[in-house]
Amino acid sequence: MLSRVADSLYWMSRYLERAEHTARLLGVGLTHMLDQAPQSASTRWLRLLAARHISPPHNGPVGAYEITRLMTFDTDQPSSIVNCIMRARENARQVREQISSEMWEQLNRLYLNVRSANIASIWQDEPIEFFQSVKDGAHLFQGVTDATMTHDEGWDFIQIGRYLERAVATALLLDVHFLPYLKQDELQAKLDLIDWIGLLKCATSFESYCRIYSADVHPEQIAELLLLSGESPRSVRFAVGRIQNGLEAIARITGSRLGTRAERLAGRLYAALDYGQVEEIMAEDMHAYLENVQRQCAAIHTAIYEAYVIYSAEAALAI
Amino acid sequence: MDDPASEQLLGMAPFGDYRLDHCYDEMIDAAGNVRPQYAALARRLRELSPDVLLQRQRYADATFLNQGITFVVYGDRNDTERIFPYDLLPRILTAAEWQTIERGLAQRIRALNMFLEDIYHEGKILRDRVVPRELVLTCTHYRREMRGLDVPGGSYISVTGTDLLRLSDGSFAVLEDNLRVPSGVSYMLTNRAVMKRVFPQLFANYGVRPIDSYGQALLATLRALAPAHRSDPTIALLTPGVFNSAYFEHTFLARQMGIELVEGRDLLCHDNVLYMRTTAGLRRVDVLYRRIDDDFLDPLAFRPDSILGVAGLLNAYRKGNVALANAVGTGVVDDKAMYAYVPRIIRYYLDQDPILPSIETYLCGDPVQRSYVLEHLDELVVKAVGESGGYGMLIGPHSTADQRESFRERILAQPRNYIAQPTLQFSQAPCFVNGSVESRHVDLRPFVLFNGDEVTIAPGGLTRVALQKGSLVVNSSQGGGSKDTWVLFE
Repeated sequence: MLSRVADSLYWMSRYLERAEHTARLLGVGLTHMLDQAPQSASTRWLRLLAARHISPPHNGPVGAYEITRLMTFDTDQPSSIVNCIMRARENARQVREQISSEMWEQLNRLYLNVRSANIASIWQDEPIEFFQSVKDGAHLFQGVTDATMTHDEGWDFIQIGRYLERAVATALLLDVHFLPYLKQDELQAKLDLIDWIGLLKCATSFESYCRIYSADVHPEQIAELLLLSGESPRSVRFAVGRIQNGLEAIARITGSRLGTRAERLAGRLYAALDYGQVEEIMAEDMHAYLENVQRQCAAIHTAIYEAYVIYSAEAALAI
Repeated sequence: MDDPASEQLLGMAPFGDYRLDHCYDEMIDAAGNVRPQYAALARRLRELSPDVLLQRQRYADATFLNQGITFVVYGDRNDTERIFPYDLLPRILTAAEWQTIERGLAQRIRALNMFLEDIYHEGKILRDRVVPRELVLTCTHYRREMRGLDVPGGSYISVTGTDLLRLSDGSFAVLEDNLRVPSGVSYMLTNRAVMKRVFPQLFANYGVRPIDSYGQALLATLRALAPAHRSDPTIALLTPGVFNSAYFEHTFLARQMGIELVEGRDLLCHDNVLYMRTTAGLRRVDVLYRRIDDDFLDPLAFRPDSILGVAGLLNAYRKGNVALANAVGTGVVDDKAMYAYVPRIIRYYLDQDPILPSIETYLCGDPVQRSYVLEHLDELVVKAVGESGGYGMLIGPHSTADQRESFRERILAQPRNYIAQPTLQFSQAPCFVNGSVESRHVDLRPFVLFNGDEVTIAPGGLTRVALQKGSLVVNSSQGGGSKDTWVLFE
């Protein structure tokens, strides 16, 4: 497979996962806004912005309308939903012949859906439904991908893109919630039940949580589920396991020996999560732990690129 | 077929405003009778209500948009992607009409391939003064680098798309040869696919020759170019990238053939061998179906500012390590001044009369013809010899005095760069426009494959439609559309 194609498939998938994640955060944020006191709303919106690395607007109060606009439709905001879907589609367009027609059509429909909306129109109608339609569109794309694309190297790059994005986003989401929780002396940092349920819902894990741990909400158990669970598709450990599988498959298919570093990095991170104990992680510096997870993911990304995409011609001809 | 009610259509819905306008009509003869090959279609159209037709048109448009079958218009900032307007009604050719076209194109392509081989080797036709040496050497697309080079299989022009018009007497004539990188074949194939979805029953009963094997035929043509010792050759399609107006077509063809779609940045030359950069390391490329012009192929040989091609490609090509389709330097024939000589070229190499006539052409480089052109600017169509896509054209009868004056100055400044042709009344065909059936001018671009030995033509081609009422310009960049083209078994 062409290196450029691998690159595009990987980013197509990452951007779509990113768009879906943002849509979920906004959907949950807007739903919970209905149940909460106005004074705590602004803290929550700021937390959502932090979970997407978006800096809050400079002037004026931080309101639901403005934040929804910023995170959804602002084309100057690199991680807004519209930008992510545009870039996902642009990457797909670059590799139009590598993906199935069904995938392209689905992504294109999602793109047209988002491009035809604007903040005024969705605010007027049903903003939560709009975010639902974005999530549905992204899920449908994943299903169509699994059902119509050959599960070869390209599919593996798609999986790696999706799960790397998910691992990083989930680690960051945990961090913005647990950082204030673990520093309980700060007044504004109090989290109540609705925040913890919000966190679970932001990771579509509330129902799984209830099934495993019952509806009693304990932060340790949330951390365990979202960080260390081997079965939940939303956990960091699960995602890193998928990255590891994908890298093994790619190394097998290409027969390239340049990929060993990426495999070793993913294997090491997986082992750490596999054997990790939630009590120990929370007793020590959880913020540093989560930051380290994100750093490790960045290192895996770099190693993949050096092995499969931006290797030097001299290195490749020497083998 | 002999239903009398369907024979006279004019004045009946949905043909209420249909006009014959004194030119050849593809569906209705001069007496107002429906031509036999259109009878079943006409009957079906009278059965369907305009609402149903509109609904099918919308269904077809949505299919194109959802599949991303779009093109880009240069210089249009706001709306970068458009669908190529699709007309619902097929254009139908009889088996006999097609046979003439097929024989004529095969003859023309063979002769032009011999011409290219000759001018880049011995130059017999130039020595015999059948074609002026100066005219060949002053072509912008003449490539000295090709002198004395033997191309694989002796095939310079693997893929061509020749533009045909039907004149008032019903015969087809060649308007233009496209020997460099003709586009449009993906629209021929997708138009057919959409037609089968929109009018399945009508299509099934009509006896239309299939065109679906074009991808396989193209792949076989390309594979034949590979160096003989490469048993499992790698074939790739070189595209300028996603911002090219024909990008959809490039992806479409690569997928139809199951070959890699590469951009210049995927390629590199090392020791005169072409490689592409893959996740498994560098992989050798044997045949490149390039969809970029000569100028941009290799910054070391041609335009140094090009980032679309790959440095060193021409040397690898000259060494015989990689084949190109089409060969470098075929644009000589696309020069509109050369067009005037094609009948003589056919007679010279094949000793046959051209089966498909050319349009009478005045060369402004010739003083006598130039003065005739300058006196008749208001009647003629003037074209720049190196342009295509409907750019750089003056349509005399539709022009203003200012436009004519501007062309007069341009012709006098660079006479070699201009030719003129009579304004043609070419044929019109029924199109579904604004809820009724109206007549619009159409041309025909069949797609020709040549492996140095055999000529293969998909039965049909791209019928382009001038969607503006009365307009003679069919180019997609100038507001043209297209329709499916049916060649009947009998």
